[in-house]
Amino acid sequence: MSGAPDATVTVADLWASELRYRINAAEILGGVDVSVRAGQITGVLGPNGSGKSTLLRLIVGALVPSSGHVHLLGRDVARVGRRERARQVAFVEQEAHAEVDLPVRDVVLLGRTPHRPVFSGDSATDLDLVESTLRRAGALELADRAYATLSGGEKQRVQMARALAQTPRVLLLDEPTNHLDVAAQLQALTLVREVAAAGTGVLMAIHDLAHAAAVCDDVLVLHEGLVVAAGPPREVLTPGLIAAVYGVHAEWVDGEHGAALVFSPLRGEGTAHHHRAMLAESLRR
Amino acid sequence: MTRLDVEAARAPQELRSGAPSARPAGATSAAAGPDPAVPRPGPGATPRRPGRILLWLPAAIAVLVVSLLVSLTIGPAQITVAEIVGSAWHHVLAWLHGLGLGVDVPPNPLTEIRDAIIWSGRAPRLATGAFVGAGLALCGGVMQAITRNPLADPYLLGVSSGAALGAVAVLLLGLGLALPVAAFGGALLALGATLALAGLGGRLSPNRTVLAGIAVAQACSALVSFTIFAGARGDAYREIINWLMGSLAGRTWASVAIAGIATVVIGVVLLGFGRTLDAFAFGDTSAASLGVHVVRTRWVLLTLTALLTGALVSVSGAIGFVGLVLPHVVRLLIGGRHLRLLPVAAFGGATFLIWADTAARTVFAPQEVPVGILTAAIGAPVFAWLLVRSRRTA
Repeated sequence: MSGAPDATVTVADLWASELRYRINAAEILGGVDVSVRAGQITGVLGPNGSGKSTLLRLIVGALVPSSGHVHLLGRDVARVGRRERARQVAFVEQEAHAEVDLPVRDVVLLGRTPHRPVFSGDSATDLDLVESTLRRAGALELADRAYATLSGGEKQRVQMARALAQTPRVLLLDEPTNHLDVAAQLQALTLVREVAAAGTGVLMAIHDLAHAAAVCDDVLVLHEGLVVAAGPPREVLTPGLIAAVYGVHAEWVDGEHGAALVFSPLRGEGTAHHHRAMLAESLRR
Repeated sequence: MTRLDVEAARAPQELRSGAPSARPAGATSAAAGPDPAVPRPGPGATPRRPGRILLWLPAAIAVLVVSLLVSLTIGPAQITVAEIVGSAWHHVLAWLHGLGLGVDVPPNPLTEIRDAIIWSGRAPRLATGAFVGAGLALCGGVMQAITRNPLADPYLLGVSSGAALGAVAVLLLGLGLALPVAAFGGALLALGATLALAGLGGRLSPNRTVLAGIAVAQACSALVSFTIFAGARGDAYREIINWLMGSLAGRTWASVAIAGIATVVIGVVLLGFGRTLDAFAFGDTSAASLGVHVVRTRWVLLTLTALLTGALVSVSGAIGFVGLVLPHVVRLLIGGRHLRLLPVAAFGGATFLIWADTAARTVFAPQEVPVGILTAAIGAPVFAWLLVRSRRTA
């Protein structure tokens, strides 16, 4: 996938080119291109430690890339102020800290931080947005609860409401279904779809390949800090690639809700070696 | 996906319109469903939150003013609030008269000695206490937010131990400096050592900062203890112990000026970081995603709080418990948003230290108790009670 937007199609809200991140000698990300388009969900896939969270943190500005650029609405973010960036890009982290001693409304109001001058209180718009984003996230009934008393799925919804209160053009999500039960996972993904349908570009790190295949318009597969494949999930998530990156056997099965991925262990060491060799070959090119 | 139906039942309008819709504020109760046919309470239902600061801040200021007036009357010489107010009025008008304004100056209701007891004795001591209490509460609240550590207090960076080292150098080793100057210098040296130690690896993480502060504080304390052990006799010993535990005895208007200017100037700047401090609630990554320059903010705030703490310690010694407990008490009462928390904590800290100091000079009169003992003796049970209470209601 090319990092530069194709001007004849749609200009991406956000695109990153050749993002590299090193800690001392270790290269965590080795030149990654990614673009996020309005209304589209882009999934970032890859095994643990492949660089998914690092990529999101570089884009949101929590980490500074060793080299490469992030472009937001056509401007290099290095030239965009931090507050301005935070008005356009929101981030929901993987871990919802349990020990935060704030009521739910105050947590959602944090999303207004980049929009408000330093000494000001909350405007009527801020308070309206708390109500409407909690409602969109299906969390209005939690509004008067203490954040620390919420379950994992409830915290996830409140964090989504907080991110939506930033009124971002681009929403970054790190494993939004992690630690959730199956109902809460589907609820979270439904909400992500609704947010994208309303015009926000979504970039989502996600472990579950079946979920990724079901909700993402495009996926990006990371392996050891490099993009090994990118494109529509049905084209990218081939049995060969999944075997090479994850070391499991995968199969597309047509069911009543459309095609789904089914996994099973790889049979025979030779298969995995074969696929790894192919992957290594494709990375060398 | 059947879940979609559940979601549709939960928020039908959002799904139909497909876009974020601006809604009237006010649907605060969980029972108020999204059915547009049900009339909702008007926008008046939400302003509960800004209303709280409008209630608590004037209340905190009023309590402080009353506390100042009442504690001025407490002491061996019986002087009433009316006499104090009359005397203050006399001094104000006399000052205006001295400026050449043609005002009649009423007689001072206080005799010369009683006037001096109030305006040279109790008043500067009280005012110093009020500013020190306010400043310590501010610093504690800020430190707890940027280190995300509920046990953080203003002395976390070794500032008080450095100040003690400076004070010991004057009181015991005969260093030829004024005590506050030496104490402030010691505080600055300790701050510099802590930040240098914490920043060696490049990033100034909260944990590294806390550990570096502990290392510097321990080193300074060891030096202080050794110096006292080796050299302190009699009066010097009592003086240094008094200073180490914190005391407001014998403070002058010069102390008021140091503590007052430091607290007001740095306090206003700290208040300006109120929203930024809120953004640290979920950690550094989250703060960065909300537009905060995390590393720069932490350096600036650590330096400002340490400077303020150094100035306060230089006039009063290291008074404990105010900076640790007051922010927690106020947080339990009015919530954790710093634009509300910090000013109320400042006025609360001022009031608290005034009463602790009044107790320190009267309970065992004519003997004085170091006020640090009193702040701990009052603060610990209050804190315990608030903990029990919050457990029950949370």
